[in-house]
Amino acid sequence: MAPIEKAVAIEKENVIVDGMDISGPWSRIFEQRTIFDYTPELIEKVASIPGAESFANCYQCAKCVAVCPVDVVGNYGPRKLYRYAQTGMDLSEAPQLWLCTTCANCLRVCPKEVNMVRIMPAVREQAILDGKFVPAELQQAFENTAKYGNPLGQPQRKRDAWTQNAGVPVPILKDLGRPVDVLWYVGSYPSYHPRGIDAACAAARIFNALGIDFAILGKEEKDDADSQRLAGEKGLFEMMAEYNIATFNKYEWKEMVVTGPHELNAFKNVYPRYGFSRPVVHYTTFLVRYLDRLKPLLKHPIHKKVTYHDPCYLGRHNGEYEAPRQLLQAIPGLELVEMPRNRENGFCCGGGGGGMWMDSFTAQHTTMRLSEKRAMEAAATGADILAVACPFEVSRFEDAVKSTGNEHMRVLDILELLDRSMRGDVEI
Amino acid sequence: MHIVVAIKHIPSIADELPVRHNNIDFDSVDFVLNEWDEHSIEQAVLIKEAVGGTVTVIGVDVIGELDNALHLALAKGADRAVKIAAEEPGADSHQQAKWLAEAIQNMSPDLILSGVQASNDLDGQLGPLIAAYLDLPYIGGTSAIEVTNGKAMVLKEFPGGIGMRYEIALPFVAGVQAAPKPPRYAPVSKVRQIAQTAKVETIEPGEGESGGLRFLKMAPPVVTGHAEMIQGTAKEIAARIVELLKSRGLL
Repeated sequence: MAPIEKAVAIEKENVIVDGMDISGPWSRIFEQRTIFDYTPELIEKVASIPGAESFANCYQCAKCVAVCPVDVVGNYGPRKLYRYAQTGMDLSEAPQLWLCTTCANCLRVCPKEVNMVRIMPAVREQAILDGKFVPAELQQAFENTAKYGNPLGQPQRKRDAWTQNAGVPVPILKDLGRPVDVLWYVGSYPSYHPRGIDAACAAARIFNALGIDFAILGKEEKDDADSQRLAGEKGLFEMMAEYNIATFNKYEWKEMVVTGPHELNAFKNVYPRYGFSRPVVHYTTFLVRYLDRLKPLLKHPIHKKVTYHDPCYLGRHNGEYEAPRQLLQAIPGLELVEMPRNRENGFCCGGGGGGMWMDSFTAQHTTMRLSEKRAMEAAATGADILAVACPFEVSRFEDAVKSTGNEHMRVLDILELLDRSMRGDVEI
Repeated sequence: MHIVVAIKHIPSIADELPVRHNNIDFDSVDFVLNEWDEHSIEQAVLIKEAVGGTVTVIGVDVIGELDNALHLALAKGADRAVKIAAEEPGADSHQQAKWLAEAIQNMSPDLILSGVQASNDLDGQLGPLIAAYLDLPYIGGTSAIEVTNGKAMVLKEFPGGIGMRYEIALPFVAGVQAAPKPPRYAPVSKVRQIAQTAKVETIEPGEGESGGLRFLKMAPPVVTGHAEMIQGTAKEIAARIVELLKSRGLL
C-alpha cells in the first residue's frame, strides 16, 4: 500500500484560478492551532501548589462556565481561568484570583474533578505568603479576626451583648456550671451585626419555647474563620481553630447547633482535621426534628409568598436542602415558591470564600454583585419575602433589594419568620 | 544602616476602659501594638528594602505579652527583636523613653523611629524624649523618609494639607505619622512560624525614676448633657429650632 500523503497548505503570493485572481491575505486557519504558541508553564505553576493539583485536570469542556455564578456577572469560570493561564495569566497575581466564592457549583458538574474549593485557597495562601496583592478590605477582615476574634472588628467583650435584647434567658456555659444538651454556637454576624442580632434573638426565643436545654459560649466564643481559610489565610484559620476546639472541649454538651452554614462547614468538615469530632448541626436540621412540637407554637399565619435562597455551604457543601423548606412550610398561610436556580443549582450570594469582605474589589471586575443578581431572581418569582438561612445573607440581600429597586421584598432569616409566626405581634 | 524602631504596647481601646484606683484596671484590658508603631515598622522596612541594612524593634514589655507584637514585626521584615522586661503596665512615655534610650544607646543606630504618638497618653513625647536622652535631633509628623548617602529626605506633615521636605544628616530620631504605604499584611502562618523559631532578646530596665506625670485621679467622663432629637413635621421642627436659637439669644 502506498504511503498516505498528508495535505499541506502552500502559501503563495498570487493565485490565479481559471484566469481569475483570487489572491488575498494568508489565513491562519490553514496553519497549526494557535494553542501551540503557548506553554503550559503557568498552568503547571498553579498545579504545583499543594492542594491546587487538580487545576491541570481540566480538559476544557466548559460545563463549569455554564453554572459559574461569577460568569453571569462577568467573564469567569474554571475553564476560562485555565485558558487565561494558558495564554499568559499568572493566577497568583491576577484579580481573577479573588473572584471565586468557592460555591462549588463547578465541582458539581466537572467530569474531571477540578476542585476550585481546594485550588483557590491554596493559590491565595501562596500569594499572601509571597506578599502579592491582597484586596485591602479582605486584609482588614483578616486583621480584625486576628486582633478582635471576629471579622467585623467588634470588641470581644460585647460578643454576648445581644442577649439583652432577646427577652428570654440565654444561659452562658461558663456561668451555668453544668452540662447541657445543646451548645449553640451563635457566630460573629448574629452576635454583632444589627440584622444578625435579630436572627439570634429569634433563635433564643424559639429554643426557649421548645424547652431546649441550651447554652452559648458568650464572651468565650470567637469566629470559626472558615471563610478566612477559603480566602487564603490558613494560618489565621489554624490559630482560631486551636482556640475554638480548646474552648468547645472545656465543656460538656451533647450536640452543637450553629446559626451559620459556614460555621457548620468549619466544625463538621474541617475542624476534624485538627482533632475535633463532635456532633454539629445547622439550626434548620436541628429544628426540623422538633417539627411536631414547633407546629402548634406557630399560631399566627403569615399570608405571604416566600422564596428561599439555598446557601452554598448549607446546600451544595453539606447536602441540606429540605429542612429549611419544611420549616417554612410549617408556617400557616405561607406560600413557598421556588426560584429557577434552586437546591443543587442554587445561585451564590457572593459572600462565600471571603467574598463577604471583597464587595468593593469584586465590583471593579463584575457588572453587578451576585447578591443583586440573586435578589432580582427572587423578585421575579413575585415573592413578598426572600427567606435565608445564612447570617451573611440578610445584610447582603437587604442591600441588594435596595440597589435593584426591589425594596417591596423583605429579607428575613427563617428564624425570624418562625419567631414572628410564634409571637404574631410583629408586622411583616 | 541600622534602624531602631521603638514601639509601645498599650491598652486596647476596642473595649471599655475599666478604672481602678487612680489608673486603668490593667488586669481587665487587652494590650495591643500602638497603631502609629505599625507605620514606623513599615517605614523602617521600606528603608531597609531600598538601601539595605538591619531593623531592630524594641519595646518595653509592660505586661509580659510583648512577644506577639515583636513576632509580627519580625514577620513584616524586622531582623532583631528586643524587649525590656519591666512589667509595669502604668509606665508612662517618660519612663519608657528613659529605659528605651538606655538600651538604644548601646545599639549604635543610624536612625531611630517611633510612632508620633500613642492612643494611651497622646502626649507624643516618646520620640522627643529618646532624642533628648541620646542628644540627637528629632523630627515629628513624618509621612515619608528616604535615606541616601548618610542623609535622609524627610517629608513632614503640617495642618491644612501642607507638607515640607527636610534634609537631615543621620543619625536622628523621627516620630512617624504615617508610612508612605499602608502597613503590609503579615500572614498569620508566617507569624506563627516565627513565634516558634525566633529569639526575642530580653534586657532588664535601668534603675532610677524618670520625670513625667503622676496620676492623682482617674474617672470616666461624667455625662452632663445629651443631644435633643427634634421630632415632628418640617414646620414643627423649624419652629422648635427658632425657639431654641431665640432662647440662646442668637436670633
